[in-house]
Amino acid sequence: MNSSLLLSAATFIYALASVFYIGSFSFKKKVLAKLGVWVIVIGLVANTGGILLRWVESYQMGYGHAPFSNMYESLVFFSWTVAALYIFVEFKYRESIIGVFVSPLIFLAIAYASFDPSISSKISPLIPALKSNWLIAHVITCFLGYAGFALAFGFSFMYFIKPKDPDGVSIFARLPDWEIIDEMTYQMIVFGFLFLTIGIITGAVWANSAWGKYWSWDPKETWSLITWFVYAIFLHLRLMRGWQGRNLALVSIIGFVAVLFTYFGVNYLLSGLHSYG
Amino acid sequence: MFFASVKLTVYTLVLLALTSIIGTVVLQNGSPRAYVNLYGQGMYNLIQVLKLDNMYQAWWYLLLMLVLCINIVVCSIDRLSKTWKIIFPDKIKVNPKRFNGLKNKQEFESDQDLSQLLPSYQKVLSRQMGAVIEHKTEQGLVLYGEKGRWSRLGVYVVHASVLLLLAGALFGALFGFKASLRLDEGKSADTVLDSSTRMPIKLPFAIRCNEFEVKFYDTGAPDEFRSNLTIIEDGKQSFTKDIRVNYPLRYKGINIFQSSYGTALPNEAEFEIKDNLTQESVVHTVKKGQSVALPQDLGTFTFEGFLPHFDFRGHNLGEAFVGRVAPKDKQSVQIVMPTKFPTFDKMRKGQFSVTVKDFHQAYYTGLQVTKDPGVWYVYSGFILMIIGCWITFFLSHQSVCIGLEKRDTGRVRVWVAGKANRNTHAMTLKIKKFATQLKEI
Repeated sequence: MNSSLLLSAATFIYALASVFYIGSFSFKKKVLAKLGVWVIVIGLVANTGGILLRWVESYQMGYGHAPFSNMYESLVFFSWTVAALYIFVEFKYRESIIGVFVSPLIFLAIAYASFDPSISSKISPLIPALKSNWLIAHVITCFLGYAGFALAFGFSFMYFIKPKDPDGVSIFARLPDWEIIDEMTYQMIVFGFLFLTIGIITGAVWANSAWGKYWSWDPKETWSLITWFVYAIFLHLRLMRGWQGRNLALVSIIGFVAVLFTYFGVNYLLSGLHSYG
Repeated sequence: MFFASVKLTVYTLVLLALTSIIGTVVLQNGSPRAYVNLYGQGMYNLIQVLKLDNMYQAWWYLLLMLVLCINIVVCSIDRLSKTWKIIFPDKIKVNPKRFNGLKNKQEFESDQDLSQLLPSYQKVLSRQMGAVIEHKTEQGLVLYGEKGRWSRLGVYVVHASVLLLLAGALFGALFGFKASLRLDEGKSADTVLDSSTRMPIKLPFAIRCNEFEVKFYDTGAPDEFRSNLTIIEDGKQSFTKDIRVNYPLRYKGINIFQSSYGTALPNEAEFEIKDNLTQESVVHTVKKGQSVALPQDLGTFTFEGFLPHFDFRGHNLGEAFVGRVAPKDKQSVQIVMPTKFPTFDKMRKGQFSVTVKDFHQAYYTGLQVTKDPGVWYVYSGFILMIIGCWITFFLSHQSVCIGLEKRDTGRVRVWVAGKANRNTHAMTLKIKKFATQLKEI
């Protein structure tokens, strides 16, 4: 058993979960969604095992570092955080229909890691600047933030496909109440905002110990600040101006676009200190 | 008032977010030529007018930040004066009417006597909400409990933290610097070059690099690099320390970081000079610029210099030593000795051929030298921001009211309702749970 085998297994288990959720939604079978969440739990176990095994393998290769150092490893961890947060939300709110929007996201992230040929899954040594305990704190907090925003995006998406007529024949009529969608979007953004804030701060403290500057307007830094601004706008609109519903959901979607650009766009389109991962 | 509006906050944040994008797309701090090559002369003029080449320090970007700060201050003062009375009231007033109409109100009837219910209800409420206030009403009485009044201050903590860290950043920008220093092994310096202005800055001490060491992985990527530095103060050695990436030296408010390295030009090497007629050879350690005698004292060899890249007929042969062989009574000739091709000079087919036997690969260390007196304000801002966000998002000012009313039937009508300034959904769940708890008594 090695880490890549276990992570491929996780990919297929998450795929199965998506099939269950979407099937439950299309064929109106609640039991499939109930199964779906347990499949995600199994996927999370495989995903966790894969990450831990990869950690051990890097030590066996003599490089010894936490598996958070390149695009492949970060995508695998991104799936992990979204899956973990989703399981928590499903067990807390008991609304299994949400999985229809989140499970494909979990699957796509980890599948993209394995199937995009430009993403290397090789365990490679760490460059000196990354050898810091701040790496672990920074990556975990940033990705918890991203996971919160990803779930918020899933909820906001519901706003646009849920029909106004609640008794309609559309299968989307069975989505949760507006109030619940709104509340969950807000909760996820609050969670994401707190962790993004801590993620930016741990990154700044780390930069100060590696380069002597806590902030240098590097593209990744700047884009994470832009993302932070968007969600700060979201929070002010909701808490101070009383926005709700579609308009606010749109801000949440813009926020997630900023998250995606911070995560992927900066690496592929702009150069800077984070170009390695 | 203009500066007190949340609309202004939102617009300022939108503008900051949108304009920040520009600096990640347009090259920052490049040379004029680089801009003209990339965007053309016309665009370059525009970039210069709007200061887009250093936009995060441009007057209009700083102005946006200033507007945000003023907005935060005015908004906070404006609201705090109202919130203050809520947070620290003279006396907590219980107004059951404000709870009676709430959506989350739960109602049921109990067979037990009011005097029986009261103590157990009080116990349940105080376990959840702290001190319980009893209040008589026309129909009976209400029990009231609340907690987390002070959590309304959380948002002011967040706003104060933003101001604190911007003030710290400003303070650091005004009284600190970021500079770089390239130091050859064995050399010392007390002046560094400012990274943006390229102006020299004199340090209160001198730094000497005793040794630089770089380790590589088997993949060829650098594993670790470290410099052994000595701080010299008033001509005396103060102390010596190793620095690595992520492990800087901090002394007297000045931080010295390991940031890069490179190979320095070697000053000394061991040369073998061979007389191709007699096969006699001598080995000499020669310093740059120095001359030594050829075998049998037939002339001199001079070590003239070092080339990092030696081009030979269009091929880069890598680093090479340059010397001059001057036999007696003959024309002197310049020779090149690439370190990767030891027999290169033999191909010249002269009487004397020279090879480089050994040399010490000297490095220079690239240091980043910074001073930032504002960093502790910024760090305090960081901590305050995390605490403030936590309070604002996860704590709330909650109050719960239980109404007990005697009915004509002899039964007691009970209602429970609760208010929270945030996360009303959680409050609704809490009230539901609370009602079930009370029903069971």
